[in-house]
Amino acid sequence: MARRKLTLIFIGVFCLIMVAPFILGAGKAHSAPELDLNTPEIAALDVKECIEPVEYMRSSHMTLLDEWRNDVVREGKTDYVSSSGQVYEMSLDDTCLSCHSNPDAFCESCHAYSNVELYCWECHGLTDDGVVGKG
Amino acid sequence: MRILAPFLLVVALALIAWASTAFLHLGTLFGVIVPYAAFALFVVGFAIRVMRWGASAVPFCITTTCGQQKSLPWVRQAKLDNPSSYAGVVGRMLLEVLFFRSLFRNSKAEKRDDRFGYGSAKWLWLGALAFHWSMLIIVVRHFRLFLDPVPEFIGVIEGADSVLQIGIPLLYLTDVVIVGALTFLFLRRVVLPRIRFVSLSIDYFPLFLLLGIALSGIALRYGVRVDVTGVKEVAMGLVSFSPVAPEGIEPLLFVHLFLVCVLIVYFPWGKLMHAPGVFFSPTRNLANNSRMVRHVNPWNYDVKVHTYAEYEQDFGEKMRKVGLPLDSE
Repeated sequence: MARRKLTLIFIGVFCLIMVAPFILGAGKAHSAPELDLNTPEIAALDVKECIEPVEYMRSSHMTLLDEWRNDVVREGKTDYVSSSGQVYEMSLDDTCLSCHSNPDAFCESCHAYSNVELYCWECHGLTDDGVVGKG
Repeated sequence: MRILAPFLLVVALALIAWASTAFLHLGTLFGVIVPYAAFALFVVGFAIRVMRWGASAVPFCITTTCGQQKSLPWVRQAKLDNPSSYAGVVGRMLLEVLFFRSLFRNSKAEKRDDRFGYGSAKWLWLGALAFHWSMLIIVVRHFRLFLDPVPEFIGVIEGADSVLQIGIPLLYLTDVVIVGALTFLFLRRVVLPRIRFVSLSIDYFPLFLLLGIALSGIALRYGVRVDVTGVKEVAMGLVSFSPVAPEGIEPLLFVHLFLVCVLIVYFPWGKLMHAPGVFFSPTRNLANNSRMVRHVNPWNYDVKVHTYAEYEQDFGEKMRKVGLPLDSE
């Protein structure tokens, strides 16, 4: 009977869509990428600390950078006072990338993993070979 | 009470998930066991309901006819609103499923002063369309957390959804639209007296649940900001059947996840089954061809009939003897 066949096809397609992620994800070990902190600049540091605590940087680095951009471009401020009271220059190129001189690995690994597009390099530190630390 | 009870239920569900993960550290329960169970219940329940529909009889050809049916060659047929062919039915179904044509055709009767008239009423259609399309885009977008590598088209959809590049993280337009649409659909039930009258708590429950899911999701992205790579690790663990015990993840994520679990467990047993139901609705999926094709009720059992010809065969001899006329002679 045509109707029964159509019903079964409908359920089949539904189940296929439902299990598709499981089929695609089967057997792969999917741990989050390890952050690559192996740069000569970081190795040379005495105290290996970012400007803010790791937890904060991990979840909120984008808002920090957004605030920096607005402060620098619109207000002309360049000094950032961190939560520990230290003063840093608000600059992606001169502050962030001076330590993390490997943005292709450091930034891109997580951003590719969670599919978040980066549009920093549309202005910053772009060369023909890709992104380099100091622009 | 019909509004308050489902609202409190959703709040209670959210609080349960939040308290259990924030204080009791039941991350494995809410991050692994409940999602698996909910997903299994969803798929099985969905299939059972659909199979029951597929097995139930359609005794009559009961297409709703919304236009001129196929008639004489010089009478123009409304091919989509009164389809007589398979292609017409498919076209009508597509319009119904993708663009909610029957809601679009909604009309409203109103008395103004002494005059009574009908007018088009498109607000429900607009709200429903805004909600459902946002919902679809949001569900598709979430697959960036369940697939590795992420397919190209998901990035394209995300890019289109955040095309205005408002704020950081980029504002998704569907986030705004879905909350607006759900709020509208809720207010519609509260404000319009006649719709309020026919609304039961089970009508409000999915609205509150979806609002809870949307708002918690929005809060996770723009407010408390969860560590996305950590969340993806948990999600990938689920789909690769090697679940990772979620640790150090914001309790609000579990509220979001638990409400989604509640939604999909409830889904097959409530009004939300209109999603597959539209495909199985005989008023939509049948062609109006009852003057061309005989619609046989599948309930009909084989009736044992004894025709007059057979009657004559059995009793013809006796009939001829008494001089009765016979058809066979």
